[in-house]
Amino acid sequence: MRKLIDVEDNKRMRPAKGKTGESMKHESAAKQVAGTAVYVDDMPELPNTLHVAVGGSQYAHAFIKSMDLSAVEKAPGVVKIITVKDVPGHTDIGPVFPGDPVLVESECEYIGQPIFAIAAETHEQAKAAVGLAQIQYKELEPTLTVDKAMKDQFFVRPTHSHQRGDADKALSDSEHVISADFYVKGQEHFYLEGQISTVVPTEDGGMDVFTSSQHPTEVQKLVAEVLDISINKVNVEVRRMGGGFGGKETQAAPLACIASLLAHHTKRPVKYRMSRGDDMIMTGKRHAFQNDYKVGFNEQGLIQGAVINVAGQCGNSPDLSDAIVDRAMFHSDNAYYLNNATITGYRCKTHTVSATAYRGFGGPQGVITAELMMDDIARHLGEDPLTIRKRNLYGVKHDSMRLEDGSIDPRNETHYGQTVEQEVLPELISQLEESSEYWKRREEIKQFNANSAFLKKGLALTPVKFGISFTVQFLNQAGALVHVYTDGSIQVNHGGTEMGQGLYVKVAQVVANEFQVDLDTIQVTATRTDKVSNTSPTAASSGSDLNGMAARDACLRIKAGMIKYAAELHGTSEDKIRFESNHVVAVKADGEEVWTPFAEFTQNAYMARVPLFSSGHYQTPKIHYDRNTGKGRPFYYFANGASVSEVIVDTLTGEYKVTRVDILQDVGASLNPAIDIGQIEGAYIQGMGWLTTEDLVWSDNGRLLSNGPATYKIPAVGDTPIDFRVKLMEQLPNKEETIYRSKAVGEPPFMLGISAWSALRDAVSSMAEYKFSPPMNAPATPECVLNAVNETRKHIANS
Amino acid sequence: MKFFLNGEEREVNVDADTPLLWFIRDTLEMTGTKFGCGMGLCGACTVHLNGQAVRSCITPVSAVEGQQITTIEGLSDGESLHPVQSAWVKHNVPQCGYCQPGQIMSASALLAGNSNPSDDDIDVAMAGNVCRCGTYPRIKAAIKTAATELAYEAKTGGVSNG
Repeated sequence: MRKLIDVEDNKRMRPAKGKTGESMKHESAAKQVAGTAVYVDDMPELPNTLHVAVGGSQYAHAFIKSMDLSAVEKAPGVVKIITVKDVPGHTDIGPVFPGDPVLVESECEYIGQPIFAIAAETHEQAKAAVGLAQIQYKELEPTLTVDKAMKDQFFVRPTHSHQRGDADKALSDSEHVISADFYVKGQEHFYLEGQISTVVPTEDGGMDVFTSSQHPTEVQKLVAEVLDISINKVNVEVRRMGGGFGGKETQAAPLACIASLLAHHTKRPVKYRMSRGDDMIMTGKRHAFQNDYKVGFNEQGLIQGAVINVAGQCGNSPDLSDAIVDRAMFHSDNAYYLNNATITGYRCKTHTVSATAYRGFGGPQGVITAELMMDDIARHLGEDPLTIRKRNLYGVKHDSMRLEDGSIDPRNETHYGQTVEQEVLPELISQLEESSEYWKRREEIKQFNANSAFLKKGLALTPVKFGISFTVQFLNQAGALVHVYTDGSIQVNHGGTEMGQGLYVKVAQVVANEFQVDLDTIQVTATRTDKVSNTSPTAASSGSDLNGMAARDACLRIKAGMIKYAAELHGTSEDKIRFESNHVVAVKADGEEVWTPFAEFTQNAYMARVPLFSSGHYQTPKIHYDRNTGKGRPFYYFANGASVSEVIVDTLTGEYKVTRVDILQDVGASLNPAIDIGQIEGAYIQGMGWLTTEDLVWSDNGRLLSNGPATYKIPAVGDTPIDFRVKLMEQLPNKEETIYRSKAVGEPPFMLGISAWSALRDAVSSMAEYKFSPPMNAPATPECVLNAVNETRKHIANS
Repeated sequence: MKFFLNGEEREVNVDADTPLLWFIRDTLEMTGTKFGCGMGLCGACTVHLNGQAVRSCITPVSAVEGQQITTIEGLSDGESLHPVQSAWVKHNVPQCGYCQPGQIMSASALLAGNSNPSDDDIDVAMAGNVCRCGTYPRIKAAIKTAATELAYEAKTGGVSNG
């Protein structure tokens, strides 16, 4: 018989360290600061590894007339060239709907769209060879703007609406009606680790894929499909990503597919690492949106009805745009009761790279429209925007607002029929108002502005109510696999991927909590499709909600066997067995407590033939949504937060600085406050970047001009708010039974950055005594702010 | 042609115009230094050249002949973390972690020349190191903690318990 490991566990006779709720370190922190955390590009290359470069379309819209790749073929180091004709299986790798050819056959639909791929001995040789291709195109007229797509009704998916009550009637009955339109640009993910895949052909005709992907299962399926092999021959591993932000949900798969095709033909390992420029040109970004609203309200600024149109620039293919525009529609109310509402979402097709998931997934473009509307109502009535926001919050009842039967309107139903059950924001905003000293600062700022000719300060408090769940129901499931070994150490694997958000440590904390053992006895292993299958993307802020619950389920299954065994061993009932302080404790019939160190217990259980591993599964309850009627409960719950931003603007140049930010965020009962606060700080900065400095610029023929860090500015350290105060809402466990009553945190705080944009508008509006809402598209670059200043000056001159 | 990497003499056997980053990563297989943009604009590839922070992706190996190069692997003594690295862990700085070796190299170069940097000093010295996760508030806090720790070490020759 094999000898079991010697265990020495006496020193762990104390409460377990690192359970949920404690601020444990990110599991990779020590490795990340030492430079030993391994990303895909850091893995040792196998001998004979080939390197990929891809030739893309030079026109936004064109037919390929002819293609001569002979010079490419003869270039030094080139081993294999493939076109679509060399794809043995599916040639379309669209994630939900068709429209994304792995390599273009004839019609090019954006500049950079992959036409052919080459594998060469070195990266430099591959890059050099690409430029030798001779491709003749027949140019076609491209559609490059939302305006043109709307005019031509040129869509990637059908238009969809949400309707509640009679918005048109409400508008005609309202005392005040205002309207505006607004354009918000997209956003480049700029994950510091660019897209990458390394693939190794297997002896079974399959492929081992190492990728930086948020969706290993989809990579697995698409690689199998392009190679025309069964899914079980493809294994995908993701240890960690150097940033994802949604940009690696669908956009990692094309690299894995192209590398796999080249590996299939050459029988050699293949690595495809994009250059930064290729990454920015060839992979999708956040959707730009052209939105407009028309809103009716009473003298108090209470909304009676609204008609809102959101038109997303989807690029050349559907990708995830149906769900993204849906989420923009779901969030066009943000935190406010619209009462009678018609919300329509358009999926505009343009000959630009297909827009894709990005933190918030369309939600931010909806939320900012609602916040634009709030500011405009306030200026129209001469009220402070915060007053108008608070009055319109869901769940805030007003005597004057009654239903047809005369009862007071509870004001808690969204335009898609979901009731807002946890009314967190009124209290949250009240706390933040006080802690940020909003009203005192508002007066100080008014004083400052009155005495300052050119420098103007602005202040804004904006809330966020973000729906948590994938709006596609079947994605709301997860799996996990937990192993307990005979030295008491535990391994956990789950379908979620680690992109820096701290998912691995949170799930490990869940396991530590279930067994009441120290966190350092738990090892989370790389996400692999051969450990947990059929997983959902790590997206929609759902990572810890779904995978934490699945891991807990696996633990409960293992514990059930352990408890049964311990009860039998000690002649007691199962309810007298508990896990505590790194021990399993049995309370015998006579009341005596038997404490067995966890490691010793697992050895005994193993010898007694108790299973010590289990899978676990979770499916989110309660959610449903009927897309035909546009009604349902798409979200299990809402995550809430609010931020107050203060800015100072130089009205002579449009330059500005975010001087102070106060944030209060609802994360339920936090699984790990240090991780959560880090997510909130980072999300605010990323959201602020989207709305201030990050300016995607395209040429008139559809070429991305801001295609590198020299021309595309993500926030740098100096852009951090000078005074930055982030707090979690205390003592507010989720009323829904989420993992230990926590709430999702990945995306919701991204939209807190909207307060910076709103504060910039506030500063400019001060020039007109806050009576004029200056038009200000996003990003509010200094040029854009200066335009708003000039519009405000014109308004003053004309009035 | 030779240079010193983390104190050890290294023979360079690649073309003189090869970026230092690729010699370090591909030839020497030391992968702590990261590729981010290849244009010297993101800071992920930061190393020390005679103690100064430089971008290794735009530094040809010919430019470092006979010079001292330090990478993230050489920052600590091999046993305990460098005070900047410890401060990074203490303040929970890394999220995705990809930019952090570069951030740490820039921060340690800053502190070597300025033992008590102001917020403005930090903004200037760290301006070329971008972090998409937005860990800047913690980077600033960690630099200040590391400054205190380094000052303590310099004064006493020991490590504080802070």
